[in-house]
Amino acid sequence: MKFTRREFVELSGACLVALSGRKVLAVFTGAKESEAASTGEATSTKKRLGMLIDTKKCLRAQNCTKCIEACDQAHNIPVFQNPAHQIKWIWEEPFDDLFSPAETQYLEKDRKDVLTPVLCNQCDEPPCVRVCPTGATWKREADGIVMMDWHRCIGCRYCMAACPYGSRSFNWVDPRTGLKTLNPDFPTRTQGVVEKCTFCAERLDKGQLPACVEACPEKAMVFGDLNDPQSEIRQLLASSYALRRRPELGTGPNVYYLI
Amino acid sequence: MFMVEKALVGSRRYWLWVGGLLAVIGLSFIAYLYQLSHGLGVTGMSRNVSWGLYIGQFTFMVGVAASAVMVVLPYYLHNHKEFARMTVLGEFLAVSSVTMCMLFVFVDMGRPMRVFNVFLYPQFHSVMFWDMLSLSGYLLINAAITLVSLHAEQSDLHPPRWIKPIILLSIPWAISIHTVTAFLYAGLPGRMSWRTPIMAPRFLASAFAAGPALLILLCLLLRKLTGYDVGKKAIQGLSVIVTYAMAINVFFILMQLFTAMYSNVPGLTEEFQDLYLGTEAHTSLLPWGRISLLLMVVALILLLIPKVRHNERTLAAACVLVFSSLWIDKGVCMVVCGFITSPLGTITRYVPTLPEMTITLGVWAVGAIMVTVFYKIALSVEIAREAPAAAAYEFAERSAAAGHAEILSSPGATGGSHA
Amino acid sequence: MRDRVWIVAGLLLFLAVITYPFWHGVEARATSQPPVLVLPAHEKECVAPISYMRTSHMKLLLDWRNSVVRNDQRKYVSYDGKVYDMSLTGTCMKCHEKKGFCDRCHEYAGVGTPYCWNCHVDPALAEVKRP
Repeated sequence: MKFTRREFVELSGACLVALSGRKVLAVFTGAKESEAASTGEATSTKKRLGMLIDTKKCLRAQNCTKCIEACDQAHNIPVFQNPAHQIKWIWEEPFDDLFSPAETQYLEKDRKDVLTPVLCNQCDEPPCVRVCPTGATWKREADGIVMMDWHRCIGCRYCMAACPYGSRSFNWVDPRTGLKTLNPDFPTRTQGVVEKCTFCAERLDKGQLPACVEACPEKAMVFGDLNDPQSEIRQLLASSYALRRRPELGTGPNVYYLI
Repeated sequence: MFMVEKALVGSRRYWLWVGGLLAVIGLSFIAYLYQLSHGLGVTGMSRNVSWGLYIGQFTFMVGVAASAVMVVLPYYLHNHKEFARMTVLGEFLAVSSVTMCMLFVFVDMGRPMRVFNVFLYPQFHSVMFWDMLSLSGYLLINAAITLVSLHAEQSDLHPPRWIKPIILLSIPWAISIHTVTAFLYAGLPGRMSWRTPIMAPRFLASAFAAGPALLILLCLLLRKLTGYDVGKKAIQGLSVIVTYAMAINVFFILMQLFTAMYSNVPGLTEEFQDLYLGTEAHTSLLPWGRISLLLMVVALILLLIPKVRHNERTLAAACVLVFSSLWIDKGVCMVVCGFITSPLGTITRYVPTLPEMTITLGVWAVGAIMVTVFYKIALSVEIAREAPAAAAYEFAERSAAAGHAEILSSPGATGGSHA
Repeated sequence: MRDRVWIVAGLLLFLAVITYPFWHGVEARATSQPPVLVLPAHEKECVAPISYMRTSHMKLLLDWRNSVVRNDQRKYVSYDGKVYDMSLTGTCMKCHEKKGFCDRCHEYAGVGTPYCWNCHVDPALAEVKRP
């Protein structure tokens, strides 16, 4: 078989188009790998970090806010009285609002309104990542954490519109004006960027647990690899019924609630 | 260069208008510097209502920009010769409104100095990337078309042949800018009031009503101020487009309303409760939504009566109603409505602050000054070309140079050309 | 040619203005003192040779930043084989202090304070703000 130069050029051009077409297609159909991870068992070597919050153990009713305090201290979270400007990584919401379509009509009021910790769900298919125009937020391949790059964020707040959980906060004002103490081990953020919980990625790298998990006196928060059937979190999920927030949206949240 | 010199001669009234706009721009620039140093916290936006007036205005102006297609399409594809004098005005309006869109996005950014990250780290899965691309493409296309056709007209030549495919390209491109802008909202899983396939069609329908309505008003204003007449037929043709578009827009709203209210699914009804019906908690948008709906219906009824449409006075009134009702609907209500009820069920009020409104006004002033200067240039070219005899042109030139009269502001000087 | 004086004067003025930075540099070199930097007392070695750090520390810091934030790589192997934690506050600021080291040289070079400090906490400032 003999190729003329023209044929060669044409064929290689066609190959290039086909290759790039596949790549573009992969972009539009979304990360297939993470889909495999959501159904895959221990065969996957990648981790998928998740959290289980046992609401029966949580002492919020006794005014315990140790998890929130630990996070605020570890990440230099500013305090603003104006609710419009508040920054929240882990915070508390009435149980009823967390699972809004939950059938709580005849539940006693104080059970309905019991404050429950909420944080970023580190989704399998995060809408915030899908919409971010600069890649300032992205899903980490190795463990599935939805990360934030505060050097790159342009502050367009599209991710806040996209997040169906209200887990993202914007720095409407200089965060340092809301900080009485500064933790030198973690940067503050600058005015005009979006931030959220990252499962304490910086602590995980040092082999530590997330600050909230470590601070919980009742061990009501269990953190672990959802891809590992032997992990404590998987054992607990295997033996009891747990809820996730708005799973019907297809985001694949990785924070579970035991009720 | 670019015939800017034509915008530098003008009557006292012209300079008063331009000076006033510049003053507004200056004031709003100060407001922007204040926002830049103190952060977006100086606006009425909040953790829950994280987009507000800026992004609403952006969305509305994308519509006005896209609506240029409603004069370009009949003229180039259907050979509607009566739109000849109006196409360049429509295209200039598009250029100005796309610029306004970009400014509105820019002033909404938390870290505007990093704006080029969008191009340094392009994310093909982000609709915002495609929106940026389609908007800047549309700006380039329309800038090229207007420049080339004006130059051709000035030297009394036919426009070069290569511009025709670009003009044809501008037609689907105009549809695309507003479709992609609708996708910005319609593709988000958690915002029920936005997540509907009718978003893009409704955006287009309302755009094709609001944009041409504005163009009609601008044409009537031009005739009054300068004597330049695009022709009664052109205005009547455009008014039919406004009528159809407005009817389709109202029809789409009714379709949404039926689906929501009859199915009675809380996530769907919420939007209409916020806007039109009202419940105890949802109050902040209610007056706006109701006024907008009322104006829309009144405008549509007026437009449907041929007598009203044929009389330019009443037509102008109907156009004002169309434009203002859709400005409220898209520029104020649509975006805020998606945020009023937070994902955790909190209802948050949103009221724009003074700096926010000043900056918004400033962007509008930039748009107004662009339209003014562009139309001035376009009209000087047109009028000079159409003057029946060279003598008239010379007379106008001479009198303008002498500072006695200004060709644009004195209908008498050009009256002969539009018999 | 009555304008000749004006033209020549204008040209000279233009030349003066355009070459001002050059003359200013010559003057500054002659009169100014290089900054006295506060060097770390307990450490002799930096993560890279001094000459490299002097010219390219900003590049190194950007590389570290990208490596830690985007690629989750936190360990840096230096030219002499030592392993460091890639951290501005944890590694650099363990030896250097912002005021006596960073700021002094930046001021001398006239490059202002980089925006690192908008977010990263100067440990000295943290001490002050600690309750």
